[in-house]
Amino acid sequence: MFGGIDPGLLIASLMVASVPIILAAIGELVVERAGVLNLGVEGMMIMGAVCGFIASVQTGSAVLGFVGGALGGAALALIFAVLTQFLLANQVASGLALTLFGLGLSSLLGQGFVGIRPPATEALPFGPLAESPFFGRVIFGHDWVVYLSIASVAVAWWVLKSTRLGLILRAVGENHDAAHALGYKVRRIRVLAILFGGAMAGLGGAYVSLVRVPQWTDGITAGAGWIALAIVVFAAWRPWRALIGAYLFGGISVLQLNLQAAGARIPVEYLSMSPYLITIVVLVIMSSGKGKAALNAPANLGQTFHASR
Amino acid sequence: MTRPELLRVAGVTKAYPGVVANSDVSFAIAEGEIHALLGENGAGKSTLVKMIYGLVKPDAGRMTLRGAEYAPAEPRAARAAGVAMVFQHFSLFEALNVAENVALGMENPPPMKALAGRIRAVSAEYGLPLDPARMVGDLSAGERQRVEIIRCLLQDPKLLIMDEPTSVLTPQEVDILFKTLRQLASEGTAILYISHKLEEIRSLCDEATILRRGKVVATCTPRDRSAREMAELMVGATLTPPARAGGTKGRTALEVAGLSVASPIAFGTSLRDVTFAVRRGEVLGIAGVAGNGQDELLLALSGEVRAGRDTVRIDGAGVGDRGPNERRALGLVSAPEERLGHAAAPDMTLVENALLSGALRKRLTANGFIDWEATTAFARGIVEEFDVRTPGTHVAARALSGGNLQKFVVGRELLQAPGVIVINQPTWGVDAAAAAAIRQAILDRAAGGAAVVVISQDLDELLEISDNFAALNEGRLTKARPVAGLTIDEIGLMMGGAHGMEVAHHGH
Repeated sequence: MFGGIDPGLLIASLMVASVPIILAAIGELVVERAGVLNLGVEGMMIMGAVCGFIASVQTGSAVLGFVGGALGGAALALIFAVLTQFLLANQVASGLALTLFGLGLSSLLGQGFVGIRPPATEALPFGPLAESPFFGRVIFGHDWVVYLSIASVAVAWWVLKSTRLGLILRAVGENHDAAHALGYKVRRIRVLAILFGGAMAGLGGAYVSLVRVPQWTDGITAGAGWIALAIVVFAAWRPWRALIGAYLFGGISVLQLNLQAAGARIPVEYLSMSPYLITIVVLVIMSSGKGKAALNAPANLGQTFHASR
Repeated sequence: MTRPELLRVAGVTKAYPGVVANSDVSFAIAEGEIHALLGENGAGKSTLVKMIYGLVKPDAGRMTLRGAEYAPAEPRAARAAGVAMVFQHFSLFEALNVAENVALGMENPPPMKALAGRIRAVSAEYGLPLDPARMVGDLSAGERQRVEIIRCLLQDPKLLIMDEPTSVLTPQEVDILFKTLRQLASEGTAILYISHKLEEIRSLCDEATILRRGKVVATCTPRDRSAREMAELMVGATLTPPARAGGTKGRTALEVAGLSVASPIAFGTSLRDVTFAVRRGEVLGIAGVAGNGQDELLLALSGEVRAGRDTVRIDGAGVGDRGPNERRALGLVSAPEERLGHAAAPDMTLVENALLSGALRKRLTANGFIDWEATTAFARGIVEEFDVRTPGTHVAARALSGGNLQKFVVGRELLQAPGVIVINQPTWGVDAAAAAAIRQAILDRAAGGAAVVVISQDLDELLEISDNFAALNEGRLTKARPVAGLTIDEIGLMMGGAHGMEVAHHGH
């Protein structure tokens, strides 16, 4: 204990707080590795949040809620995929539009669901292990989505690094003309990546409305999608760094809540803006040096592919 | 000697909206034959090989491979049938390593470790050493081509298609490549060799099919024809080489001393201590394999990248720390290699593009306002004088074909009454007639008293128009030597020799 803050509790709660951004960031990381810049993460997250909420309230099952969240995010991502991959629309503009559209649509869909509590998502039963000091809380005290978020990082890392699927995905993001010339289906691979990114963002959103808050209000994701986008850059498109980044940002937001509760003599407003300020500072530092971060970006990121050659 | 027929292409036709790329094309390749496909840019060579490789489907006609019907729906099917292709551009991934690049071009690649071993073995066997773990972005152009060739060889191809393979190689590297190809042919692999370099085809190929505007206009045995005869078949007209007026050289107009610049380009090459001088009326040709600092040298001379004040002098005035407009004011104009996006803004009209570089020297603006009448007249002048084929000056730059846009951007600079001209790859991707016109225009400016620096990877072009010759190698420039009396071996050594290549010692 120091300053009235329990480190075990702090770590445990930052792990929970980071789940939505980890899931969304891993999804976006895969999308960007395939060469597509989807700025609609916030919109897909909030669609996941509302669809997940509705699905779980209607079925009474939290698990089906998460499935619904993933489907909601993927459905919105499908619009983005059609716009950018088939109609060759600008990715930046389409992504921003997707966020605005998602915010509006979710608010419409969620109208009848304000003030309801969704079915609970319980911590996994680890029995006596969960009772052990410190580790019980940090390692064995979570619900299944927390473990899923960490597993998704590991799987994304392994697939990108060691499998042929990952190699093809990276190749498409690196040089879509070359990939096309070798006979890979650039458009199909990118559409699938976009759908995966949407589903992951939707899962993250559902975690916000089903576990973190847990209820439905308009604009419930509150910028988590933008932080996820920032983390992808912060992580230099590497999965494990994205996990570290997400825990860093999650940690800061949890810390500021704890500091508030502990009665620190800093105005609340400064504390609540701190995660965003640090995001900006980190991004500026990362992109100012001509270091590795700049070199690691997928070379065709955000470029429209048209099979004309 | 009659060899069994491997591939026959019969009556193949392919049309794109507005253009017939191939019209009733027929030819055949025997096993172990090196067959040249010859033609100018836009003659339909690329479309034809893309059909053989399964990237494009023909509208009509048929192909047979070893007598069996052959209609690959995708490159995968072509590779399965034993057809492999080495591309001219667009087929390597800079941020991936050699083994990953090879794996992407294979149907069923073995695990990475086993693949790395096979790459080492095959590359040593054919005298093309390669380290599987190296990042492709760090390799030289010659080494990159080895990656492509090894990628093909690992699949035991029956037919190897090579699309302009020597455009990025030094003469020594070309020799080694040819030995490797002859080695392969003697083992029974047929090679379809696409090029417009006639001397190479004469020394390497058994048969040639010549395409013009999508049609087969002739077939010949290259050894029995002169390069000039084949060129005229290719172009369909009599060619006149550019005329040089042996004018007197004036005082030094451009002086570069100890120029060292870090490359602003990812995977680029930094310039190291570059020193040269060009007099009025003189053409300095700078050769070098792609990626040895050519782009950086153009940027440093045009003013897009700045260095110490006295590293670049125009007529004695230090301008190394000045930007492009200040240098333009002193008479230095430049034309970069990349036409779309660097020399010209793709979506702007020719008039607007004329303004972008001509505003200063042609006084096309006054008090911050554009004199559109004068600008349009300037653009029209370029179009007329350089025979740019375009519906008008109102069309976007991207709508022009490569050769026509090149004539436009070169003409735009040459018509500004420059004292110093810097051009990178003046005739890259331009057909022979347009190339001759551009070269003639450059020589005319030199005869008119301009100092000219031509950076090019086309040795024949440099030897044709330059007075002095130097080569860039890993960012360093050799001492300039008079072109008269230079041998091709000396040029090769100036360009950096064979970059560690060795002759194939396969089959022992």
